[in-house]
Formats: sequence, C-alpha cells, structure tokens
Amino acid sequence: MLNVRNLTCIRDERVLFENLSFSLGAGEALRVEGSNGTGKTTLLRILAGLYEDYEGEVDWALDEFPLYVGHKPGVKDLLTATENLTWLSALQEGQVAPDAVRAALAQVNLRGFEDVSCGSMSEGQRKRVNLARLYLTRASAWILDEPFSAIDVSGIAALEERMNDHVLAGGLLLLITHQQLQLDCAVRSLRLGV
Amino acid sequence: MKTLLMTISRDLKVAYRNPADVINPLVFFVIVISLFPLGISPSADVLVGIAPGVIWVAALLSCLLSFELMFRSDYEDGSLEQMTFGSGPFILVIMGKIVSHWIMTGLPLALLSPLLGMMLFVPPPGLTALMLSLLLATPTLSLLGSVGAGLTVGLRKGGVLVAILVLPLFVPVLILATAMVQTGIQGGDYTGHMLWLGALLAIATGISPLATSAAVRISLSH
Repeated sequence: MLNVRNLTCIRDERVLFENLSFSLGAGEALRVEGSNGTGKTTLLRILAGLYEDYEGEVDWALDEFPLYVGHKPGVKDLLTATENLTWLSALQEGQVAPDAVRAALAQVNLRGFEDVSCGSMSEGQRKRVNLARLYLTRASAWILDEPFSAIDVSGIAALEERMNDHVLAGGLLLLITHQQLQLDCAVRSLRLGV
Repeated sequence: MKTLLMTISRDLKVAYRNPADVINPLVFFVIVISLFPLGISPSADVLVGIAPGVIWVAALLSCLLSFELMFRSDYEDGSLEQMTFGSGPFILVIMGKIVSHWIMTGLPLALLSPLLGMMLFVPPPGLTALMLSLLLATPTLSLLGSVGAGLTVGLRKGGVLVAILVLPLFVPVLILATAMVQTGIQGGDYTGHMLWLGALLAIATGISPLATSAAVRISLSH
C-alpha cells in the first residue's frame, strides 16, 4: 500500500535520513522510533503529504487520504466536541451520522462532554476529541504522531485495542510513540538517527 | 459543494461565538471615516469631494485588518492541516473560507456604507453607487487578500507583510470603485465601471483560490 524509495530529507543543513526505503502493506504496522529531533515527525509529515522539501519517492496506493493525527489537536476551541468531530469527520468521510458521532465520543470516554466547547476542556480531552475519529473513519491508512501524549492509562489501553483491530482488519498503521506499546499484531520498527 | 457549504457554516459559527473578530474591523471603518470631517473640514463641498476616496481607503484598510484572521487560528490549532485531508477538493475548502470572510467583512461594510456616505454629505444617487461598488468589489478584496493571508500564515508577524503583498493588487479596484462613486455623485451612468469591477471579480475568482490553496500548502510544509 505504501512504497518509499530513496527518501532523503535535509533540514537546516542536517541530514535527517538518507536513502530511506521501505514498503508497508495492508495489515502491517510500523513504529517509527528515535530520540527527539531525529526526524520522526518530519518523516510522518512527508508521508502524509504535508511536507514537501525532500528527495525520493513516496507512493501510496490508496483510494482515499490517510487519517493523520498530528501534534496539534485539530479542534477549534470555540466549537463543541460534537461540532468539532462532526466537521472533521464530515470533511474527510463525506457523510457522518449524529449517532455515530455520539458513539465515538462515548468510546473515548467523553460521554457528557458532547456539548462542552473544546476551549474549556483539558489538553487530554481535546486530544480525545481528535482521536475519536479513529472510531468513525473508513480510511485504510492511519498516520498517528504521538497519539498517546496527554492521554491517561486506560485511554491508552482503549486506543491500543482500536489500533489492533484496525491492523488485524487489514489496515495500515504508522505510529510514533515514546510509550510502551502493547499490540497483539506484529509491529515493525524503524529507528531513525543512528 | 457540500465541502464548500460545510466550511462556510463552520466559519460563521466560529465567528458568531467570537463576534469581536468581526466587529473590530467594522468599528475601525466607522471611526476612520468619522475622523475626516473633524480633521479636514465639516463643510459639505469639501467632504463630498473626498468621500469616495475616504470611504474606499477605509474599507481597504479594515479588510487588511481582517486578513490576518482568515487562516491564523485554523493554522495554530491544526484544523488547517486537517483540511488538506478532505475527501472533497482542498480548493473548495479555501473557497468556503473566502466566502465566509466576505460575509463577515465585505458584506457588513457594504451595508454600513450608505450611513457613512450620508455623514459625508453624499447625495442619494452617490449612495447607491457607493453601496453597489462595495458589494461588487469587496469580494475581489477577500479573494486577493486570501493569497497574502495564505502565504504569511506560517509567519509569526505576518500583518505588515500581508499589506505589502496585497495593497498593490488592490490599486485597480480602488481606482475603478472610487471613479464609479464619483460618477454616481455627479449623477452620471456608471455601468461601465461596474462591468470593469465585475471583470476584476471574475478574474480574481478564477485565479485566487488556486493561488491561495498553493500558498496555504507552502505555509503548512514549513
């Protein structure tokens, strides 16, 4: 599904990675590892099509855009959890049912916060609103940049289960995390900055 | 089409919850114009002469104030990068943002303008011309301004740069629109001016959204 050939990225005169090649198929998970500043986020942004200053080839064989979760929460402070999630999902999926939105918010433990504006939520809750998309999306490729930051232990366990289901159902998962990862499916690992 | 309407309704909802962003440029517009009778002369002859220019320059400046807000908050909270993953074309999202920007700035300016025209002793035929010129040309301002706003959204202090980038592009609009109001005040026929302003709007509609979506992508990739 994803083919990367001879990817080279130089940022501020530092070589982040050089001639990086790998491919990832359906039902495979890849964890990008490395210490801070080694180019993990840049790699994921390149793969998501958000960063274009690189050499090499990135080939996706996908019908739709991947689902991307970045460092920024992607939710508007002035809108409620429901409005934010409805808008984000409708933008990416075309159509989303109100019931599905409510169910997704319940999945990420935001029951009762449906009509609370995201501005008065905690960092972790805002992140959860964004991550609730994982329960709505039909995207077959997920690109998750530190999805567990600011999420509590039980939340992480629930998200891991969702990711596991996704990979076992033939999805593709690209992930950065500094947490211990407990997935039942096989996770390949790519270490940057060595 | 759905992407377009969805973006517009979302942006209007956000603006409704934070009305200061919409009201501030309008207040600025009114205050700037009301300073001229105080600063130059309260006599009707003088004010009628300068009215088209004063109102239009004030409209340009108050539009400039609002370009900064077009993409800024979406960029900062990460919604802008999420918009690039939309199932609909990205250019429609950009179009939606431009339309909602016009609804929040250009449209209220146009609706307010007859009142300010009266303050500067513009006769009724001139008021019609003034309002029509604003209705026809402020969409062009939103379209052109969006390119500058998109290019500078990644910079911390983009405000002055937007002005430098965009104001030269506004010059033809300013010249035609003020000439149109001038003609209206003298009771002449300003169909020709309107056609020209319409032509500018058509050109801007064709080019600006493309340029803006490219500009936003550049800003996002840094």
